[in-house]
Amino acid sequence: MAQTVIRMEGITKRFPGVLANDRIDLEIEPGKIHALLGENGAGKTTLMNILSGRYKADEGEILIGQKPAKFNSPRDALESGIGMVHQHFMLVPNQTVAENIILGLSAPRFFLHQAKVEREVEKLSETYGLSVDPRATVDELSLGQQQKVEILKLLYRSAETLILDEPTAVLTPSEIEELFATLKNIAKEGKSVIFITHKLEEVMEVADRITILQRGRVVAHLTPEEVESRRELARLMVGREVVLKVEKEPVPTGEVVLELRDCSGFDERGHQAFHRITFAVRKGEILGIVGVAGNGQSELVAAIMGLRPMSSGELLVLGRPLRKGASPPRESVGYVPEDRIGMGSLSNLDLVDNLILTSYPQFCKNGFFRKDTVRKEVGGLLPKFHIIAPDTYALARQLSGGNLQKLILARELSKGPKLLIAEQPTHGLDIGATEEVWFELLKQRETAGILLVSGDLKEVLSLSDRIGVIFRGRLMDIFSTEDEDWIEEIGPLMAGVRQERKR
Amino acid sequence: MDTGTLMFILSITIRSSTAVLFATLGEIFTERSGVLNLGVEGMMLMGALSGFAATFYSHSLLLGILTSLAIGGVLALIHGFFVITLRANQVVCGLALAIFGIGLSSFLGRPIIGRVGERFVQWPIPFLQEIPIFGPVLFNQNPLIYFSYFLVPAAWFFLYHSRPGLNLRSVGENPAAADTAGISVIRIRYLFTLFGGMLAGLGGAYLSLSYTPGWKENMTSGQGWIAIAMVIFALWNPWRAVLGALLFGGINALQFYFDARQFTLIPSYILRMLPYLFTIAILVIITRWKTVRKRAGAPAGLGLPFQREEHF
Amino acid sequence: MKLTLERRLVPSKFAAWGGVGFSILLALIMGGLVFLGAGANPFKAYAVMCLGAFGDFYNVSEVLVKAIPLILCGLSIAIPAKILVWNIGGEGQLAVGGIGSAAVALFLSPFLPPPFVLPTMIVAGFLAGGLWASVAGFLRARMGVNEILTTLMLNYVAIYWMENLYFGPWRDPTGTGFPGTAIFPEAAWLPRFPQTRIHLGLVFGILAALVLQWAFFRTRWGYEIRVIGENPKAARYAGMDITRHILWVMFLSGGLAGLAGMAEVSGIHYRLQQGLTVGYGYVGIIVAWLSRLNPMAIIVVALFLASLLVGGDQLQSVMHLPSAVGLVLEGTLLFFVLGSDFLARYRIKLSIKSKEQPRVEQKAGGIEQRASS
Repeated sequence: MAQTVIRMEGITKRFPGVLANDRIDLEIEPGKIHALLGENGAGKTTLMNILSGRYKADEGEILIGQKPAKFNSPRDALESGIGMVHQHFMLVPNQTVAENIILGLSAPRFFLHQAKVEREVEKLSETYGLSVDPRATVDELSLGQQQKVEILKLLYRSAETLILDEPTAVLTPSEIEELFATLKNIAKEGKSVIFITHKLEEVMEVADRITILQRGRVVAHLTPEEVESRRELARLMVGREVVLKVEKEPVPTGEVVLELRDCSGFDERGHQAFHRITFAVRKGEILGIVGVAGNGQSELVAAIMGLRPMSSGELLVLGRPLRKGASPPRESVGYVPEDRIGMGSLSNLDLVDNLILTSYPQFCKNGFFRKDTVRKEVGGLLPKFHIIAPDTYALARQLSGGNLQKLILARELSKGPKLLIAEQPTHGLDIGATEEVWFELLKQRETAGILLVSGDLKEVLSLSDRIGVIFRGRLMDIFSTEDEDWIEEIGPLMAGVRQERKR
Repeated sequence: MDTGTLMFILSITIRSSTAVLFATLGEIFTERSGVLNLGVEGMMLMGALSGFAATFYSHSLLLGILTSLAIGGVLALIHGFFVITLRANQVVCGLALAIFGIGLSSFLGRPIIGRVGERFVQWPIPFLQEIPIFGPVLFNQNPLIYFSYFLVPAAWFFLYHSRPGLNLRSVGENPAAADTAGISVIRIRYLFTLFGGMLAGLGGAYLSLSYTPGWKENMTSGQGWIAIAMVIFALWNPWRAVLGALLFGGINALQFYFDARQFTLIPSYILRMLPYLFTIAILVIITRWKTVRKRAGAPAGLGLPFQREEHF
Repeated sequence: MKLTLERRLVPSKFAAWGGVGFSILLALIMGGLVFLGAGANPFKAYAVMCLGAFGDFYNVSEVLVKAIPLILCGLSIAIPAKILVWNIGGEGQLAVGGIGSAAVALFLSPFLPPPFVLPTMIVAGFLAGGLWASVAGFLRARMGVNEILTTLMLNYVAIYWMENLYFGPWRDPTGTGFPGTAIFPEAAWLPRFPQTRIHLGLVFGILAALVLQWAFFRTRWGYEIRVIGENPKAARYAGMDITRHILWVMFLSGGLAGLAGMAEVSGIHYRLQQGLTVGYGYVGIIVAWLSRLNPMAIIVVALFLASLLVGGDQLQSVMHLPSAVGLVLEGTLLFFVLGSDFLARYRIKLSIKSKEQPRVEQKAGGIEQRASS
């Protein structure tokens, strides 16, 4: 059991155009769970990447015990006992759990003693309560189980300090409880756990120490006892009063703009992704579909937009049934995808090309395309949607996450669509950008029906008129946000637990 | 068809498949590390030329082999440098290497076209070659072919049951994960690109020091490209590569047979087309099989440059 | 001393084109070394090449002659390359284009009024090449079969087919022994500029380049192509039909190469013969990439590479060096351009590392390249 205290002193890190960490001091005690709290972009992941050896600090140093440590790679950090579980798992999908765990170790040197490793992994999982089959291939495992493999990797290497980056993002509520229990076990063994999050409630539940980062600087070191309320934590994180409720004016509902009847579909690997989904969206309302990532929402949205085939069921867009394999008309259906960079925008092309991506036919009469004319026509969208960019000649890759999302919104909304589908619209955005996006979505109710698909419960609750919970590809239930009893049930519903409707 | 003819055809099948087999195995390793090297045709030709030239002037077959390994390796390292360190477009770079190798070998090979040098002769293995039918077919061949018998199972074992093989596979599948695990993605890519080039050179040398033998312009006749197709057919697995190479060798052997027996049923120009049409056919089959079975195949990181710390 | 690589936010156009210039210089130096290695005086060799390419009126015209198939084949490769589809089958499509137009010239022309012969041959050559490429295009678009390999394989098939034709059923009955068909009737000859071998094919090439350049930026098709090439996922998100584009682009690409075949057959040789396929399909790759897939640049680069080829030919006759040196130079040039591409996308920073943390010298921290660990 190590008793060393780890210190980070004066850590500074710059990236092109942004100061990610600004003279940060941090002390990590053994046997404690230390939460690193902050908004997106506060610099938490960068700081931990430095501690775990993935990045090098521009200034400052790391001390283990009293000795300065120099890490040239994650391997060096691991040798000093520091390891990190990233948000995006670093696992090799078509290899077994055991193979993933021993990846990068210096022993066994040449011959892989797969059977022996499997036994060792089993023993380790029992000690910490992480049950995983060492012979299973990683791509067969759920995200929660994959996370266990990542933790096992670190424990197998006798890591004394474990860093987890937003570990609960991909877990169901019950898996989150399991994780917290595991972390407490690990801390009890004398190891340190550092826990990056932006979720206040988790911090209060499991942390022994709290450090709050804001825009690359430390704003507070606290213990849970010192914290008076979640409101105070939020204020420390963001620097101003956070509006936790959203003002929503009632809007009359109109005709049905989207209807699914008994729709089913498969995912890329051939497993059933969603099963017999039925719902309808009307003009004037926001229907929110909430669920933990990986429960079929992405495949559902892709199927609605014609990007994936639907295996059965009827799909009616704007009252008209869609044939198998057909796509909804892009002029009257807006789609804000989850994957902004990979799907929703053209990184290396300019803003004009991006702004007309889903509406270009109307700018290309008779097959001709006059870019200067188009540039004048769409240039006005930049100020209208508060997109910060030098001019329309800028490339999409030069925009920040928030501005890119506003660009995509501008494009989809200016088409005047009757149906808008928004997937994780504020993922990765800071509070300011989030508020702007929410405002635009709410305004759109006047002319469209909106399908909101998100894993952010707060967002769905704030914006939606009706909510549906998706779990393992099934729509558990749909109910109005006015119905207080059902709101309490959302947590269990997201984990697949159905309750009798209380009267 | 009597057994004598059958054995003759099988024996030619093995001989005709070896060059492709070497090149395919080499490219499998290269691609497993995530690097696509389309320059195989150029490396094979340069290997053939340099191997033959070295042997011709030094009268040493060993030196010829070593030279071909070195030349193939050097060319592959050039590709590796542009593609791994400079992150150039892998397709274009590989094609450039191929064109370069084809052109350079024509250019340098002029003086020794048609010359006669040492060649590998058959070394029959005493007891093994007595086995009925397969004995003479498998065990009355030249040392390079015996080397391939050793190379394939060694490659398989290395890839799936050894630590370096595990590292290689993860670099190709998920370089970020391998990097985080402390494996040097760059080093592995260079190493196995080099290895692939060496084997391609060896494949060429097999042609000029045993199969043809001698030097002729463009003597590989596209076997380098065919090897690249074979890698796909083999689904990046050494044993399946053998299957593919044997199929290719078989077509060649049939060509010989028909030509020799002067079967006019199939015109000779169509016979000559067969290996290429056949390659297209197996590509179609394997691609559809992959789609239908939804089995991944290519290492997920193939063709993509690796960078850490890529922000925004 | 440490080298850091920093990704540029916006690729530097200056570095891109400057890199091309620098690469040409480096390639020339490399070529000089190759000459030295072959036992020749590099300066003399280059002088011979220059004279050979530009020395007199006839030589310059020969450069233009060689540029024609290079322009067409370069365009043939550049267009699909814009959407990351690789048509390496230029050789075969050129051959098939030659076959198609030869068929018209030899067998159809007696039945056609003379003014119709050439247009029919043009259409035949284009269609033949286009259909040949479409085989690979179909396999790629509908079944995802790797088009690099299929187009390559079809090269060999096409060439064997062509050889069979002019050695066999289409052999010149007046037989001088030279492998080829009979000479075409005059109605099937592409007009030439007087006193040169420059034929109307030059117009095809330049016209095609102009049309394509205009199309890329001024048409809906061009916009769709640019989007697909930039991000196929986004293209599908936008509702674009990538499959259809691949099919058309491959057809167009093959058609251009087929047109090159028609031009060679009808403008230079006046028959289908051995020596039709000399690697234009492959050199086309170099032309396309050096031009960064820009149709107007293709014309310039084709002229430049043609001068290398013509100069190389001179080397063979004057200094008895294999003419393949032209090809070698071109391959080297391509490598250097590939390398210079890198400078356009990344900035190299030198920093002096010392015990204390580096001062202002080190700019916004970079992407640290671990060359080995």
